[in-house]
Amino acid sequence: MTQYDDPADLIADRLVPFPKPHFLNAGDLNPPFVLSLLALADACVDLNRQSTKALDLLRGRTVMNLFFENSTRTSSSFEIAAKRLGADVVTMPVGASSVKKGETLIDTAVTLNAMKPDILVVRHGASGAAALLSQKVGCAVVNAGDGRHEHPTQALLDLLSLRRAFGDVGGLTVAICGDIAHSRVARSNVALLSMMGARVRLIGPPTLVPGDADRWGCEVFHDMREGLAGCDVVMMLRLQLERMDGALVPSTREYFRFWGLDREKLAWAAPGAKVMHPGPMNRGVEIDSDVADDLTVSLIQDQVEMGVAARMAVLASLSARLERAA
Amino acid sequence: MSSQAIINARLLDPASDYDGPGSVVIEDGVITRVERGSVAVSATEILDARGLCLSPGLIDIRVRTGEPGAEPKETLKSASLSAAAGGVTTVVIQPDTDPAVDDPSMIDFIQRRGAALNLVNVRAAGAATKARDGKRMAELGLMHEAGALYFTDGDHVIADSRVLSRVMSYATAFNALIACRPADPWLSEGAVATSGELATRLGLSGAPAIAERIQLERDLALVEQTGVRFLVDQVSTEAALEVLARARGRGLEVATSVSINHLCFNEIDIGDYRTFYRLDPPLRPESDRRALIEAVRDGLIEAITSAHTPAPAEDKRRPFAEAAPGAVGLETLLPAALSLHHEEGLDILDVLRPLTHGPATLLGLDAGVLDAGAPADLILFDPGAPVIVDAAALRSKSKNSPFDGRRLQGRVEMTIVGGRVVFEH
Repeated sequence: MTQYDDPADLIADRLVPFPKPHFLNAGDLNPPFVLSLLALADACVDLNRQSTKALDLLRGRTVMNLFFENSTRTSSSFEIAAKRLGADVVTMPVGASSVKKGETLIDTAVTLNAMKPDILVVRHGASGAAALLSQKVGCAVVNAGDGRHEHPTQALLDLLSLRRAFGDVGGLTVAICGDIAHSRVARSNVALLSMMGARVRLIGPPTLVPGDADRWGCEVFHDMREGLAGCDVVMMLRLQLERMDGALVPSTREYFRFWGLDREKLAWAAPGAKVMHPGPMNRGVEIDSDVADDLTVSLIQDQVEMGVAARMAVLASLSARLERAA
Repeated sequence: MSSQAIINARLLDPASDYDGPGSVVIEDGVITRVERGSVAVSATEILDARGLCLSPGLIDIRVRTGEPGAEPKETLKSASLSAAAGGVTTVVIQPDTDPAVDDPSMIDFIQRRGAALNLVNVRAAGAATKARDGKRMAELGLMHEAGALYFTDGDHVIADSRVLSRVMSYATAFNALIACRPADPWLSEGAVATSGELATRLGLSGAPAIAERIQLERDLALVEQTGVRFLVDQVSTEAALEVLARARGRGLEVATSVSINHLCFNEIDIGDYRTFYRLDPPLRPESDRRALIEAVRDGLIEAITSAHTPAPAEDKRRPFAEAAPGAVGLETLLPAALSLHHEEGLDILDVLRPLTHGPATLLGLDAGVLDAGAPADLILFDPGAPVIVDAAALRSKSKNSPFDGRRLQGRVEMTIVGGRVVFEH
């Protein structure tokens, strides 16, 4: 096996063109490609841990971050990923500008397309918005979260975090807990984790779990004790607090009592179970600080770090496809 | 260990369909032995029942009090005294107090206060929505944990189907029982009687009986969708019974309760505008009453309730349409129910079943049965003893009894809760 002194060489060696023109859903991937993307992301982690992190894989490329919904965390993660690969990055908080002037999504797409970006990273509050944009622009589109539909790079970074913690996800039992009904993170993770051989369980109050979720190939539980039994990974989801006031769950204190993760509930999972959360967390609502901040069980900080690496891998791979098409 | 035995009784156990002679032995508040027939039993303390009926104590799942908030109407103590005198050993207090029982601390308050009285078992139902506003789900899980036996907004109908659907769906996480009054709120608005010739003649605004069926159809559709455990609270019309029968035919497991008033009275009783008959749901035509009695006979109704609703004189001494709805009933429940046996020919066990074993099973209580291991919540009664109801003598703080002055048969001789005598005639 070739030994690389410089992670940049390793990245260049592991670079494979993306199989599709866009990355819209976790299901756009296939298991062999996921493994090569994870290998590439692993190399990016090594690079990111160096003091000098710059690469020129995306030199001359323009990556446009188009966020119709506010998200400091994901937007920054994509921005750093693109910059570390040498791209020119423009981040546009569109929610505050053109949309308010009455411009339609397609108007915005046409305008942006005329600026000739290479990769468009899109977050939008409506399911299917990224797919719609991908049909109207000439560049690659990465879905950074569309409504309650998908958030495929989150699933990829979660998978990367799990692989690094456990070695292989095949055979792991992963519980995704909380507001499944409104979670794009859950949908992407169910697809990707199942694809890679993990068993996925969904746990939450019946009002927050879609009635047909059992058809996703997952087991559905409404009781944490039953659902967590034997789980290797407990992935907590963020609860939208506006859903609290009597609409779907009675109160934050009741939610935490029955579905919030604390030490007691974590003990119901398998010994050595790891905890994940896509952030930002509502401490004391879906997760107790005692668990979230315990680095022996929590992968939450790893997830943030892996986010940059996973997005670097996606952007580099999409760019390689563009290179080949050119 | 001290033990008590009640011997020479006519045992009436609806759970096992036993009606015959026997004895019961009690130790530490629990039934330890039930002997059927004339088998001799020994105990430290022997009570000779002299042929009186001994049955499980009555379980009344729909009792209102004024406490907390309107204590002059009824306190937990006056309701408990009334229950003990009526042979009711377990009462489930409704959440429609002021403030509403929509919070675990309120459930805890009622149960602790009830237990401190040391009379009958006082349990609580929680509100399904906060302040019973029909908009925001109440803390069903925490109240369930605190001991709430079921959830209901009482007479307030949750009109918003989305809210009810979420309440039902959420309740399934705790296998909690949800109860709803079937009454279309728009058709029923302002109504004090059942629409028809009588209401028209009396000049009273009426709601069509179909209001009950319409809402029931909706509720059952949501039950089917969510799979919740459900109680149809206070069914009162034949049309609703037909809807229920169809739903059960489709495999839906829904329970039903009926108030004793709707089994004993019909709309003719409101003819002289006596406000003690101003009830909610309003009294129905005789054909509906007959259908309800047949449903009790056939075992289609799980619970007969007193629908105990105290209303002081100032709330009842008004024109019919302005009077507060509802009637007290804890103390008259047994003789009123026994009128179905004496006058309608129902088997006495069929009358007692929805007053004991039926509600116990519905609420998951270990009471309501004459069996070793069950709590010694018992009543001794003389089913044939004549009683003339005197509302003024009721232990309830409010005296609004539609049975006032009525001649009934059946007198509670002794009420025992957890092996302790809490009432003796």
